[in-house]
Amino acid sequence: MAIQQVDLTKIKPYGDTMNDGMVQVSFTLPIPCGEEAKEAARRLALKMGLEEPSVVHAEDLGVGYTMFVLYGKCQHTIDYTTIEVPKVDVEAMDKYGVEEFIEENIGRDVVIIGACTGTDAHTVGIDAIMNMKGFHGHYGLERYKGIQAYNLGSQVDNEEFVAKAIELKADALLVSQVVTQKDVHIPNLTQLVELLEAEGIRDKVVLVCGGPRLSHELAKELGYDAGFGSGSYAEDVASFVVNEIVKRGLVK
Amino acid sequence: MQSKLNLDQSLIDKARESAGKIAEDTQVFIEQHTTVTVERTVTRLLGIDGVDEIDKPLPNVVVDNIKDGGGLSMGAAYWIGNAMIHTGKEPQQIAEMVAVGELDLTKTPVADEAKIKSVVTELAGRMAERIRKNREQRTGLIERLGEGSQPYIYVIVATGNIYEDVLQAQAAARQGADIIAVIRTTAQSLLDYVPYGPTTEGFGGTYATQENFRIMRKALDEVGEEVGRYIRLCNYCSGLCMPEIAAMGAMERLDVMLNDALYGILFRDINMQRTLVDQYFSRIINGFAGIIINTGEDNYLTTADAVEEAHTVLASQFINEQFALKAGIPEEQMGLGHAFEMNPDIKNGFLLELAQAQMAREIFPKAPLKYMPPTKFMTGNIFKGHIQDTLFNMVAIMSNQGIQLLGMLTEAIHTPLLMDRALSIENAKYIFNNARNLGDEIEYKKDGIIQKRAHEVLKQAADMLEQIETEGLLSTIEQGKFAGVKRALDGGKGLQGVTRKHEKYFNPFIDLMLGGDR
Repeated sequence: MAIQQVDLTKIKPYGDTMNDGMVQVSFTLPIPCGEEAKEAARRLALKMGLEEPSVVHAEDLGVGYTMFVLYGKCQHTIDYTTIEVPKVDVEAMDKYGVEEFIEENIGRDVVIIGACTGTDAHTVGIDAIMNMKGFHGHYGLERYKGIQAYNLGSQVDNEEFVAKAIELKADALLVSQVVTQKDVHIPNLTQLVELLEAEGIRDKVVLVCGGPRLSHELAKELGYDAGFGSGSYAEDVASFVVNEIVKRGLVK
Repeated sequence: MQSKLNLDQSLIDKARESAGKIAEDTQVFIEQHTTVTVERTVTRLLGIDGVDEIDKPLPNVVVDNIKDGGGLSMGAAYWIGNAMIHTGKEPQQIAEMVAVGELDLTKTPVADEAKIKSVVTELAGRMAERIRKNREQRTGLIERLGEGSQPYIYVIVATGNIYEDVLQAQAAARQGADIIAVIRTTAQSLLDYVPYGPTTEGFGGTYATQENFRIMRKALDEVGEEVGRYIRLCNYCSGLCMPEIAAMGAMERLDVMLNDALYGILFRDINMQRTLVDQYFSRIINGFAGIIINTGEDNYLTTADAVEEAHTVLASQFINEQFALKAGIPEEQMGLGHAFEMNPDIKNGFLLELAQAQMAREIFPKAPLKYMPPTKFMTGNIFKGHIQDTLFNMVAIMSNQGIQLLGMLTEAIHTPLLMDRALSIENAKYIFNNARNLGDEIEYKKDGIIQKRAHEVLKQAADMLEQIETEGLLSTIEQGKFAGVKRALDGGKGLQGVTRKHEKYFNPFIDLMLGGDR
C-alpha cells in the first residue's frame, strides 16, 4: 500500500505523513534565553509526550523569560471510535422553520430574554444571537416572527434578570458569559439556577447559556438545559428553545 | 497637509459647527449640575484620601455626610472650607473626624462665605501647583529620554495583580511598547467609589487605585531610564467615578486616559445626565494635567456594523472634540478613537478601512488619533488573527495614526500572555519600520473607491449631526442612534448622584484648571 490508512482506534496528529504525530507548540519559560533554556524546553516537550523535540525558535521576552516555538512527534494515540460528546440534541431549523414551528406547535408568541449577567460587560455574543441584525448573515431573534426578544444588555444582576423573567413571563432565558478568566462565570451561572429554583420557576423556563468557552456538557452540569459555544447562531438557539417548550409541555 | 481624499472642506466645517452647537446645548445642562463623584473629586484634590474602619473611602464618607445633610448643591469645597475655619484643621483630619462621627459638616456653624472661598482656594492652588509640576516633569523626561515615534505602540496589561502587571509592563517596554494601559477589573466602572491601596485580585484586569497608579508609574519611570524612552501610563477614566480617576491620574502623573463623553451611557448603562456632568470635570482635570484623552468610538463598531455605521464614529468624534474643547483640552491631547472592525470577508474591506482612517487623519490633523484593532471578527484561529492585526498595522502606518492599540493574535481567547504581547509588538515594529514612509508616497485615485467611501461617510456624518442638532443629543441617544443602543434620560445607573447646583455652589478647581495659565 502506497499510503498508510488511518486507524480510527489509534489516531495521532498528522503533519504530512500518516501517523507522523507532528505537533507544533509555543510556550514561555521563566528563564533567560540561551542553550540551557532550549534544553529545558526540549526536556519539557519530552515530558509532554513529544518525541524528537526540536526547538526551532527561542526568543528573549525582556524580563529574562524565553518564548519557544517547538516541534515534536506525539507518541500518544486516541481511540476515536469510543468518543461520545453530549450535544444539543435537536435538529436545527432555519429562521422560517422556527417561525413555522412556533405557529403550528405553540400558537402564541414565545418570550425570550437574554443578558450578559454578573460582572460581564461583553455583549458581543448575546447581541449576535438576539439583535435584529444578527451575525454573519444570520438574523437575530428580534427579527423572528413569533418571538418577543428582550436583550437586557451587559452586567445584569442575576436578581434583576430573574425579576425581569417573571415580569415578562419569559419562556426562555439566555445567559451569555464571555469573561471566563479564573472561572468567574461558574459561580455566577450557578447562582442564577439557585435563584430560579428559589422563585419556583426553574421548571417553567428553558434555561440556556452560551459563550466562546462554554460547552453543552458544562451547561448541563451546572443545571442548564443547553449550552452553546462559538459558531452557534440564533437559529440554533431558537430551534432548541421552541422544541424544548413543546417537549416539556410549556406551551400552556 | 495636502488632502489625499479630496474631502469637501465646507462639509467638514458644517459638521463641526453642528457638533459645536450640540455640545453648547448640552453644556447648559452640565453647568447647572454637580454629582457625588464630582464632589468626591474635589475632596481628593483638597487632600482627602484613605478609608474608614469598614474600608469605605473617606471621600465617600465626606460627600455622603454632606449629601445626607442636604448640602451637596453647595459643593464639598464649601463645607470643607467652612469646617477648616471652624476646627482649624486640615481636610484629611476633618474627613477622619467625620468618619468617626465627631463632625457633621452641614451642622457646623457657618463662616463668612468670602473667608471660606479664600481658605479653600489657597489650598486648591497648592494642588494645582502639584499637578502643574507633574506636567513639567513629564515634559522634562520626554526631552531628556526621548519618546517613541507615532504611532505610539500601546499595549495592555491585565493580570489582576499590580505586581504581576509591573513585570509584564516592564517586559513590554523592553520589547518596544510606548504606552502601557492597565486594564481595570471587570465591573469597576460600576462601583460608585474608588478602591484603596495596592491590589492583587482582579478579574480580567486590575483595580484602578491611586496606590496602583503610583506603583506602575515608578516601574515605568525605571524601565524608561533603562530603555531610553519615556513610557506613558494609561488608565480608564470612565464609569461612575470618572473625575476621581482623573484626579488620581493627575496627581500620579498618568499620561493617557480613556475618557469618552458618551461611552458610559451607551456601554455601561450609566445614566446620561450623570455621565455628561462627570465627563466635563474629568476632562477639565485631564486637560490641565496634560493627559491625552482617548475616546471610545471604536466600541460602537462592536455592537453596530463597521461598514454601515462608520458615519456614527465620525459624528461622535466631532461631538467628543467639541466637548473636549469646552473642557479646555487642546487638540494635541485628543486621542479620538476609531477602529479596524470590518468583516474580513468583505471585498475591498482593506480599502474601506484605509478610507476611514485617512479621513479621520485629515479631519482631525493635530489629534493623536487612537486606532483600535480588530476584535469582533477575531477567532480562535490565531494565525489568521495575526494577519488581521498586520493589515491593521498597515493601515495605521499608511494613514499616520497617533496611538496604535495593538491587536493580539489571542484577542478572542484570553487577556494577553507575555508572549502574545511580544509577538504583537514585533508585528507592529516590523510594519512600522518596513513601511515607514509608505503614506508619503501614496496619493489616492480621484473618485476611486477610497475617495468615494470617505466622501460618503463624511456626508452621512454631517447629515447625522445636523439631525442631532435639531433633536438634541439626549433625545438622539434615547432613540438608539449611536451604536444601536437606546438609553433613557432617567434610566441607567447613578442618576441619584446628580444634583442641581445652588447659586452659591463653589468648586475652586474649575477656575484654577480651566482658566488662567497652564
